[in-house]
This record gives sequence, C-alpha cells and structure tokens, in this order.
Amino acid sequence: MANQISVREPQIHGNKNHADVTQDVCNIMDRKPTWLWWLGFGLALSALALGLVSVSYQIATGIGTWGLNKTVGWAFDITNFVFWVGIGHAGTLISAILFLFRQKWRTSINRSAEAMTIFAVICAGLFPIIHMGRPWLAYWMFPYPNFRGPLWINFRSPLAWDVFAIGTYLIISATFWYFGMIPDLATVRDRAKSKLKKFFFGVLSLGWNGSFRVWHRYETVYALLAGLAAPLVVSVHTVVSFDFATSAIPGWHTTTFPPYFVAGAVFSGFAMVLTLMIIARKTLQLEDYITLNHIENMTKVIILTGGIVTLSYATEFFMAWYSGNGYEQFVFLNRALGPFAWAYWIMVGCNLITPQFFWFRSIRRNVVLVFILSIFVNIGMWFERFVIIVTSLHRDFLPSSWSMYTPTWVEIGTLIGSFGLFFTLFLLFIRTMPMISMGEVKSVLHYRGNGDNQNG
Amino acid sequence: MDRQMVAEFRNEFDLTDAVQAVRDAGFEIVDAYTPFAVHGLDKAMGLKKSRINQISFLFALIGITVGVLGQYWVSAINWPINIGGRPWNSLPAFMPVAFEVMVLFCGLGTVFSFFAWRKVKYGKQGLQPNLRATNDRFYVVVKQGQERKSTSVVKDIVTENNGEMVDQ
Repeated sequence: MANQISVREPQIHGNKNHADVTQDVCNIMDRKPTWLWWLGFGLALSALALGLVSVSYQIATGIGTWGLNKTVGWAFDITNFVFWVGIGHAGTLISAILFLFRQKWRTSINRSAEAMTIFAVICAGLFPIIHMGRPWLAYWMFPYPNFRGPLWINFRSPLAWDVFAIGTYLIISATFWYFGMIPDLATVRDRAKSKLKKFFFGVLSLGWNGSFRVWHRYETVYALLAGLAAPLVVSVHTVVSFDFATSAIPGWHTTTFPPYFVAGAVFSGFAMVLTLMIIARKTLQLEDYITLNHIENMTKVIILTGGIVTLSYATEFFMAWYSGNGYEQFVFLNRALGPFAWAYWIMVGCNLITPQFFWFRSIRRNVVLVFILSIFVNIGMWFERFVIIVTSLHRDFLPSSWSMYTPTWVEIGTLIGSFGLFFTLFLLFIRTMPMISMGEVKSVLHYRGNGDNQNG
Repeated sequence: MDRQMVAEFRNEFDLTDAVQAVRDAGFEIVDAYTPFAVHGLDKAMGLKKSRINQISFLFALIGITVGVLGQYWVSAINWPINIGGRPWNSLPAFMPVAFEVMVLFCGLGTVFSFFAWRKVKYGKQGLQPNLRATNDRFYVVVKQGQERKSTSVVKDIVTENNGEMVDQ
C-alpha cells in the first residue's frame, strides 16, 4: 500500500499529520474570535431580537396580527416550518446515509452538518408552537394521563404524527451528534489548559480514554444509530408531507408528496450546508479540510435531488390533467398563471435552472459561483413551500370566499428571527465545540509518519 | 495482577502490524489506546463482534410494541372517540407514530446500554497511558508473561515496527 500511487485527490490537503488535525480544529476554539465572527454574531443576535419582539407581540395580541384570513389559514408560518425541517435533512443524510455508503469525504463536514440539523429542527419546531396561538398549552400535544377525561390526542391525525416525528428526529439527531463527538471532546479535554475547560469537557467526554475495546463497540453503536437515522430522516419529511397529502384540498392530496418532499428537503438542505460550509472554510481558514472536492460532491447531490424535484413538478401537472378533475386542474393553472404566478416562477426558476449549472465542472469548483447558486436554491425551496401552501388555499371551491394573502411585519419578523436563532446557535457552536470530527478526519489521513501520506 | 508492557507507535499501520505480531508470538493484548477507530485492529486484537445489536433489536421490539399497543389502548379501549367515522382501531393510521416510537426507544436504548456497559464515570479524567492517546499517538498494552525473556521478544517486535517501549 505504501508504494501505491493514489490516483484520487487526497481527502484532506496540506500533508497533515494527526497532531496537525487536532491543532487546526482546536485552534478555532482556542483563539480569540475574529471581527468577522463578532459581526456575524451581532447580526444574528439582532435578527433574533427582532424575532423575539415579533413573537412576543403576536402571543400577547393573538394570531390576528398575521395576514391570515378565513380562506388562507396556513401561510407564512407553516412555510417556515417545512422549510426549516427540510434544511435539517441534509445533516442527517451526510452523517447517516453517507456513513452507511462508506463515503469518506463526509468526515470533514458531518459534524457541522449535524449541528445544522439540530438547530434547523429547533427553528422548525418553534413555528407550529407559535401557530397554536396559546403556546403555553403546547404540552397538550403529548399523550399523557390527564383529568380531562382522560382525553387523549387523536392518533389518526397527521398533525399528531408530526409531533412524534419531529420530536423523535430532534432527540435522535442530538444523540447521534453528541455520541459522535465524545472522542473529540476527550481530545479537547486532554489538551485543555484552563481548569474550567478541563472540567467542562471532562464532564462531557464521560471519561473517554481511547481504549480500543471501547472503540470497537462504539463503532457498532455508531453504525446502528446511522442505520436508525437513515429511515428516520425519510419518515420525518414523509410525515410532514402527510400534513398536506392526507387532506382533501386540490393541490395537496397527491400520493407523490412523500418522495417529492424528501427529495426537496435534501435539495434545500445541501444548499444550506454549502452556504454554511463555504462561509466557514473561508472565515476559519479550513480550505485544507473542506476542499473543492467536498463542494463538488455536494453540488452533485444537488443535481440529483434537483432533478427529482423537477420531475415532481412535472408529475403534479401531468396528474392534474390526467385525473380529469376540474378542481385539481384549476389549482395548477392558478399556480402558474394566477395572482401568485410570480412566486411560482421564482420557485421554478430557482429550483429547475440553478442545479443545471452544476453540470459544468468549472462551475462546481468555483466557490463564489457555488455560493451564489446555493443561495438561489435556498430561496427557491422556500418559495416551493409557500406556493404549495398558499396557492392551494387562496382560491377554494367557492369563488365568493376567494382571497389573497400578504404577510404582515410580524410574520416577516418571525422568519428573520428564526434565521437569527439558527445563526446564533451555529456561531456559538463553532466557538465552543470541535466543529470538524477530528477522529474521523485522522482515520482518512493514512499518515505514515514519513511525510508522504497519501490519503484517499 | 500481572505486569504489563506498554508500547507507543506513531501511526495506525505500525500499531496494527505490531499487535498482530505480538499476538502471533503468543502474548495476550490487554488493550490498545488510539485517537480514532483503527480499521482492522479489531481483527489483529482478536476482538469478537459486538453483540450490542441484539440489545438494539430488543429495544426496537419494545418500542414498536409500546407504540402499537399504546395507541390501540388509548384510541379503542380507554376513551374511544368517533372521529369522522373511523374505526376505533385505525391500525394503518397508527403506523407512523409506532415507527417513530420504535426508533426513539431503539436509539436511546442502544446508546444508554453502551454507556452502562462502559460504566461511564461522569467527569472523571480518562485513564490512558498518555494524554497523546487522544491526539496523535497509538499505544498497546501487552500482558507480560512469566518468563524473563518474554520482555525482549515484545521489545523486538515493537522496534521492528517503528515503535518504542514506554517506561512505566
């Protein structure tokens, strides 16, 4: 093996050895935050503050502060919910599904992608709670013995399934993330200088000492968790799509929704991972770890999932025509040509055209272009959920009840606030935890100690 | 307790080769300490496949049972409510929640079984030959045999594989 010439580009650039990896990753946590970090943190906190003001005002006053009406009962809020859940899916895909497929390039991005998942699911979970109008009664969603009968929740309702799907997803993702981090936490503990840091990471690393007998079981448990998380991530967005698909609303009740939603979720999630990773590699000088290869691989996933999303749009239109159902046909014509046509064409433009650029290798390896295109995918996928929700509702069966929908400042403030929460948590994460999985990166280095490591 | 010998290596390949050679020479490997899960070291050390997946399966069974029976009991026995004329026992509609409960039980059960097996000591410093075991060095702990010359056999194997003995 030592003399074998590697044809593949190495996973990690810069001829690193094991100690370099520890040094580079821990350095991000050890050194003082840069002005860029403070700028980002300040912006994120301001956005979060705006969100807090909006939500407080809405809870104090009522759902009437939103632009909803009798016809459009779901709009901005549920759009944001589905958007954030979708963002989360890429993290699990990278950490679990790519692990099961033995894709070694995942090692330098999986930790932060998993963190992104958790923060995105937290953002997502807040929206249905805010939407309840009486969030202090949110615990009514759980089945627990009570003195109201006992009146249980309705297990036949997809909205109740959502509670279980999102709840399980949050718990299992957090467990997977923490479990995968234990060896790295021990690494941080063992090089910590300050007493506080030693204590903090000592508690979190649970006495990890690198014993291989433990590693051996640890790997089995990790693989089992990955095997559980993979079907879980598919089930979560399937259940989210059931919120729509099990209803009798034209434009919603289609059997293609589960795969369509899952593909869309991975599509938008990978775009978000790209956006975050490109910022992170630039501002934290991680170009050796998050290489052009990583970026290129992720854009390829975007081509694939973008293709599935395109196919889903076409299938919806075909099925509307083929069903011979006048209401179904009307909804789709109204989507493309009605008063919300602008939103529809933003969605089509961003989601169908953007991925096509990634067929070209020169574009896939151009960081600036990939960054811009990834933001377009994010915008397109937000509009996809908006289009699905609002255009299916605003012109219902009775023309006398047709109406329009415009978001109020409260709803826009809440959306901005959710981005604020997401980025606040993410920026804190990269300061306090090892954001690259050191152990896993070291295992793909193939460092031999004589300076000619050819990882690949 | 038998005396133990500790050797240090600079990379995972030397460690695996040395562990294999030491075991072939008839020594017992107490443990190895590595900064990451070294591929193939389990075979070299002769570790058996972990049976934690059986525990996992058990937790998944408990989870799906709780999920299905719990929903059945709530919806059909304890307080049945007519919702749109659906049958009390709407089994197909119970599946999504039953699946999520199964995943939750299985995932948490597996992780906590692992913690229980390791007897994790919260907040304790890990016991390892050297703090570099979590950074960039690889250690193997070998049980010293009865005979005097055994020390030199292990020493030779270690040196051959670019490692060094660590003084205790």
